[in-house]
Amino acid sequence: MPENYIVRYLPLLFHMLIAAVLAGGMVVLSYFVGYRRPTRAKMSPYECGMTPVGDARGRFSVKFYLVAMLFILFDVEAVFLYPWAVILRQLKMFGFYEMMVYIGIVLVGLFYVWKKGVLDWNQTSTRRGTI
Amino acid sequence: MTQTIPQVADYIRILPELVLAFFGLVVMVLDPLLDDEGSRKTLGGIALLGALCGLGASLWMAQSPGLAFWNMVRVDSFSVFFHVLITAIVAVVILTSYEYMAVQRIRAGEYYGLILFGAVGMTLMSSAVELVLIFIALEISSISSYVLAGFRRREASSSESSLKYFLLGSFATAFFLYGVALMFGATGSTNITAISQALQAKGVPRLAYVAVALMFVGLGFKVASAPFHVWTPDVYEGAPAPIVALMSTGSKAAAFAVLLRVMFEINTPGRFWLIWVSAALSMTLGNLSALVQDNVKRLLAYSSIAHAGYLLVAFAAQPGPGISAAMFYTASYAAMNVGAFAVVSHFAGAEERYVTLADYAGLGRRSPLLAATLTIFLLSLIGIPITGGFFAKFYVFSAALKSGLVWLTLIGLLNSAIGAYYYLRIIVMMYMREPKGEITVRRIPASLGVALALSVLATLYLGVLPGRVLDFALRSATQLMQPHRAAITPAPTPPVGTM
Repeated sequence: MPENYIVRYLPLLFHMLIAAVLAGGMVVLSYFVGYRRPTRAKMSPYECGMTPVGDARGRFSVKFYLVAMLFILFDVEAVFLYPWAVILRQLKMFGFYEMMVYIGIVLVGLFYVWKKGVLDWNQTSTRRGTI
Repeated sequence: MTQTIPQVADYIRILPELVLAFFGLVVMVLDPLLDDEGSRKTLGGIALLGALCGLGASLWMAQSPGLAFWNMVRVDSFSVFFHVLITAIVAVVILTSYEYMAVQRIRAGEYYGLILFGAVGMTLMSSAVELVLIFIALEISSISSYVLAGFRRREASSSESSLKYFLLGSFATAFFLYGVALMFGATGSTNITAISQALQAKGVPRLAYVAVALMFVGLGFKVASAPFHVWTPDVYEGAPAPIVALMSTGSKAAAFAVLLRVMFEINTPGRFWLIWVSAALSMTLGNLSALVQDNVKRLLAYSSIAHAGYLLVAFAAQPGPGISAAMFYTASYAAMNVGAFAVVSHFAGAEERYVTLADYAGLGRRSPLLAATLTIFLLSLIGIPITGGFFAKFYVFSAALKSGLVWLTLIGLLNSAIGAYYYLRIIVMMYMREPKGEITVRRIPASLGVALALSVLATLYLGVLPGRVLDFALRSATQLMQPHRAAITPAPTPPVGTM
């Protein structure tokens, strides 16, 4: 570890301090300086200018969560294609085969969720057991 | 010019992982195509075949020791030992699950697939010599077990177990990862050999001590050693019994393998008191809490904490006898504990109704065979001669005494005496109490019979002829202590281009 290892991070510390003081200062200042004349309209929750409807803790179908989860999974898997594409020329045919195996495994996953009926929004419960 | 394309030898050195992953994928593809009954029968068979092929691949892998994939994986006697142990455990667990799945009416496809994927992680943990790869392997095995713990979906306790395990487990892995990051900061590498060289050459920076402590927190959680043991009873109580067998032996063996590598191959600084305190605490807390348990699964969970403590005693000892004693202990603990949980999972019946101590009253009369097998495992857990548990404890404590750890040995021996009480309590219940109520014990099906027979054989084999396994462990220990320092190529370079 070099001598001035910690010292080199001092600017970062200053940055964090300035950010904290600035952000905190704005809140504190507006608390002391600002006027407060609350009305019913002003105190209501802000939702894109619309009048809020119902509670924020409503229940959603579990399908939304499943689709969101699957999206993240396949998204992250697709990201791996980018670095591979950049160095494909250096990897030659080996890299190609390697990626085919990888995509094959991803496809097995897709096949699985498809057959399990996760992608089918008309069904209330899946045919082959539930996910 | 660095070599950019893996050689055939590289693939042979991760063959067991490849085989297990392949069979896991096959199970996954077939699962949606089969109905419930078919998935239980067929997929169980395929999973068993996969585990056995993994076992075969591990033995084949032993023929070509060395480093693979740019110093990330090392095959030596040590990793072969744990590969064989873990695949054997997985095979026995699958045999046990066969009947369990039908009785509990659990859909089996995902279950078997996850067991195989978990096994990939566990085996990889034992051969990885790169901290980041160890972390990935640890996650593969943990994530599978988080899901598996929640597989009794009709039970609230199972969901509780899964969620608790997941939250606390992720927290613990974060500690481990933080430790890895600090170790990288302290030594400039995540390769175990390179770290060990750096620490030897340049002295030990203070950061390395913090790194070791943090990594110990993460691994201590995985092996359920005090003070990171709080999750164990709740998770073991709710999870399906065969999965508890897997978690308490397979995952634990893999985590101990990593701990052995990290502690001894790096020759970590400042490990002694860390381990001393944790070992003493685990033994004492585990045994004392087990005394008051009425639920057999909880009792075995506390006993599992206590056994992690005995095992850690070996870590505090000198490397030579210490490593081999720890390896032997892992193997014999696996044999007896898988067996004990196999009996528990059979006796528990549908929805795991019969798991309290009172239910075991009179089992000796109802089902003499089942009671006799459980007795053998419990005697082994106590450490009675002619069972594996005796030699396991004997080697650990003699290693500790040789290293001058008189106090730790004393604490261990006292604890063994305390432990005898609650194991014997089950045996007394089975043989000397009148059976209460109507509990029908089902006939032992063939698959479970094989699993029990294998566990009994292994327990007795290790208790009567411990020589061969111990010799193998000793040889692995010497290999681990003098790693192939010369054989390693200078600092692992990125495989392609300049990056």
